[in-house]
Amino acid sequence: MLLVRKEPERNWIVKLSALGIGAVTILLLVTLGDKGTLYYSFAAESTGLLMFFIEMVIAVFILYLGIKYKNYLVVGLTLLQSVMMIYFEVVYAHTIDVKYSLFIDQFSIIMALIIGIIGSLICVYALSYMKDFHEHHKELPDRRNIFFCIMFAFLSAMFGLVFSNNLLWVLFFWEITTLCSFLLIGYTKTEEATKNAFTALWMNMLGGVAFVVAILYLATQAGGIMGLGEVLTSGKAIVLIPVVLIGFAGLTKAAQLPFSSWLVGAMVAPTPVSALLHSSTMVKAGVYILVRLAPIFQGTFSGYVLAFIGALTFLLASGIAISQSNAKRVLAYSTIANLGLIVACAGIGTYEAIWAAILLIIFHAISKSLLFLSVGMVEHRIESRDIEDMNGLIVRMPRIAAMMVIGIAGMFLAPFGMLISKWAAIQAFIDAPYGFVFVIILAFGSALTLFFWAKWMGRILVVTPKQENLETRIDSNIWIALISLAGLTAITCFIFPLISSTLIEPFLLQNYGNVVGLSQDNIIIMIMMLFMIVLLPISILMPRRKHRHLTPYMGGMTTNADMSYYGAIGLKRDMKLSNYYINSWFGEVKLQTLGIYLCTGLIGIMFVTATYVGAII
Amino acid sequence: MISLVGVVAFILLAPVIGGLIAGIDRKITAHMQGRVGPPILQPFYDVGKLFEKEKTVANDTQRFYAISYFIFMIFTGALFFAGGDILLVIFALTLAQIFLVLGAYSANSPYSHIGAERELIQIMAYEPMIIIAAVGMYVVTKSFNIGTIASYPQPLVLFLPGIFAGFIYILTIKLRKSPFDISTSHHAHQEIVKGVTTEFSGPTLGLIEVTHWYETVFLLGFVYLFFAFSPLIGIIAVILVYLLELLIDNASARVKWQLVMKSSWVIAALVGGVNLAVLYYLGVG
Repeated sequence: MLLVRKEPERNWIVKLSALGIGAVTILLLVTLGDKGTLYYSFAAESTGLLMFFIEMVIAVFILYLGIKYKNYLVVGLTLLQSVMMIYFEVVYAHTIDVKYSLFIDQFSIIMALIIGIIGSLICVYALSYMKDFHEHHKELPDRRNIFFCIMFAFLSAMFGLVFSNNLLWVLFFWEITTLCSFLLIGYTKTEEATKNAFTALWMNMLGGVAFVVAILYLATQAGGIMGLGEVLTSGKAIVLIPVVLIGFAGLTKAAQLPFSSWLVGAMVAPTPVSALLHSSTMVKAGVYILVRLAPIFQGTFSGYVLAFIGALTFLLASGIAISQSNAKRVLAYSTIANLGLIVACAGIGTYEAIWAAILLIIFHAISKSLLFLSVGMVEHRIESRDIEDMNGLIVRMPRIAAMMVIGIAGMFLAPFGMLISKWAAIQAFIDAPYGFVFVIILAFGSALTLFFWAKWMGRILVVTPKQENLETRIDSNIWIALISLAGLTAITCFIFPLISSTLIEPFLLQNYGNVVGLSQDNIIIMIMMLFMIVLLPISILMPRRKHRHLTPYMGGMTTNADMSYYGAIGLKRDMKLSNYYINSWFGEVKLQTLGIYLCTGLIGIMFVTATYVGAII
Repeated sequence: MISLVGVVAFILLAPVIGGLIAGIDRKITAHMQGRVGPPILQPFYDVGKLFEKEKTVANDTQRFYAISYFIFMIFTGALFFAGGDILLVIFALTLAQIFLVLGAYSANSPYSHIGAERELIQIMAYEPMIIIAAVGMYVVTKSFNIGTIASYPQPLVLFLPGIFAGFIYILTIKLRKSPFDISTSHHAHQEIVKGVTTEFSGPTLGLIEVTHWYETVFLLGFVYLFFAFSPLIGIIAVILVYLLELLIDNASARVKWQLVMKSSWVIAALVGGVNLAVLYYLGVG
């Protein structure tokens, strides 16, 4: 792919690979979906050496970039990490023997489906989008061959991550995702992109360093336990410190406060990159590892602190989203908020909370990628990503607007996915000790999310006087991706009881010995609501007698059909409506500063308590 | 679990009861203001007249939103009186409300637009308290099922006094009473004309009016849950609560939306937090 510079060839390669990945993940589901956890051994020693070698190459590469762009924080972190890795490799690597380096269970399969299906759809979309992108930005060098190469490397690293049992392997893939995201964010090589890419890099490297420290701790203090499965079964006291360290790495990757700024900054990248980072890769790697380690967090004070960091992030990021008018930033803050909720569930760590967390991961990935891809398309057509400029989008771009409405509804309305998950989260929190604190935070946070989603939805659905249709000339690749994702948003709501009973519940049963699900009654009612939601819009299309149309009331102003009016000195003025942003309450700087202080403090408390528990016992 | 009787009874009786409540409301309000007031059946005459008016719209999508608002409000109430899951009822209520807001947005009119924004602020203001109320009931009765909550043998209000008070506070918002009638008002002193409903007219407006009756009955049903241990006391409590809301309505002037939002949140966080914490330490939760 790196070598192919011609467009038709690239199209074919990307499409075939995407189809292949999608097909293989579905095959995986069909063949192994009901098999429980399977472990695979693999030539660990030679692969380990190879990985170490690649890691060192990456370190040298990052060092070079860090020196070139004079970013000494990155240089320092890379050196620190490399020294620790080399020390580990020389002193401990040969003493460690992980019997099974790879494994597969239902949770891995769920993640693989998300990565495989959504990730591939985003790549297909990217084919047309990047072509448009370079037509819009002639000044940027066309490096699409590298772009697609990294996109697929990213997906591969994610697959590696979710199937690895050996923590050294997890770390390896973890670092690859960090590197890929760094390269993709900096794709345009503008000053802003480079700056934000380095922000993403140093924040994630901080997590990487914590991960390496965790591995060193496991090697020295915990008798060389290095398999994910063994960590989970080896007793809380021994592994609490390394698990909290890895949890910290998860927080950086999942862009929780105080590390939220890298994900918001990542918005400078082309839209498919944002979609990929937000839905199926990167941030999902962060919450994946947290959910994996949740049994260790359960019931510990450190776990509660972690949950509290997540809950606060949910509340504050939702608040910040209200004050944003840039569509991509709203989406970014909403991602951070929802990841916060997942982190909160993982920190609580009960089987109910994990059920909610996995549902959140699934539904969020689908709706969010749909929204990003739609916004990207709108941006190319109306030359703006400001929500205010999307006024009356339903008239100008009816089909894309419908997709966005489905995506937004999927994010906050009953009976769609995210709401089901929030419902599950309420249930999980209230059943956990001290859970009422989290329920209250969730209640307030949900009210905030409702406000910013609903006002955006309203803005899109304003029926303005007739305007030119901007939807022509949209490529079929884009429609394939958008329609599939919109379909998935609706279909997953219909079949989520099935997903739950075939994949999530066996996973819970195996790890917790308990299952949870919605009662039959509630599922039937939800499906009824879903049918109503689907059927009602169709009723609009029914032929019926036309009603008389009147222009809206303008307080006695002389108005025209296009909603312009004559002002005081006889000038014709256009009416303009805009949303509330309530900056004085929900201003970004204000809430973010608050969040950074609070959450940094909480992370400190998390480490102190973990060390206390780990050192005493 | 789901009782069909409750569903049918709600669908058929709620508009009658809701309309009567609206009529009595107007009568009492008039007396409080030293007027005679309209006949009790006036709301029915009004709505009947609306349905005879010419069908005019600002755009074709408006009717869809109004109908969806109507249907999902009935759905909410029916699910409630059938003894369904209280959280699901709250989510359905939000969905219904969002349809009204979208209808107001779609009209592309300044008055209805500001009404829509304020309606959203109202939803944001009251929603945490409703969820906390449902959670409080769960903590006491160990169930989100309304049937189970209603058949709890002891008065819930004794366990949830703070949450009950907080619920009464936001009930003023939900019933669109002063001082919290910021998005649309039954009083004629509004500077935002008729807010969310400005651009609805004729039969569509009639539909919204009927929806409001359904909503009133549902909300009073929610109040009843706090006293469900004894039906008689429950009904008396509901009547007293409604009279209290009327008194507040007539004794206060409208406030700014900022105050509505801040005060509801502070109250919800305080009473909700303290009440749930006390329950937790008493070992009820």
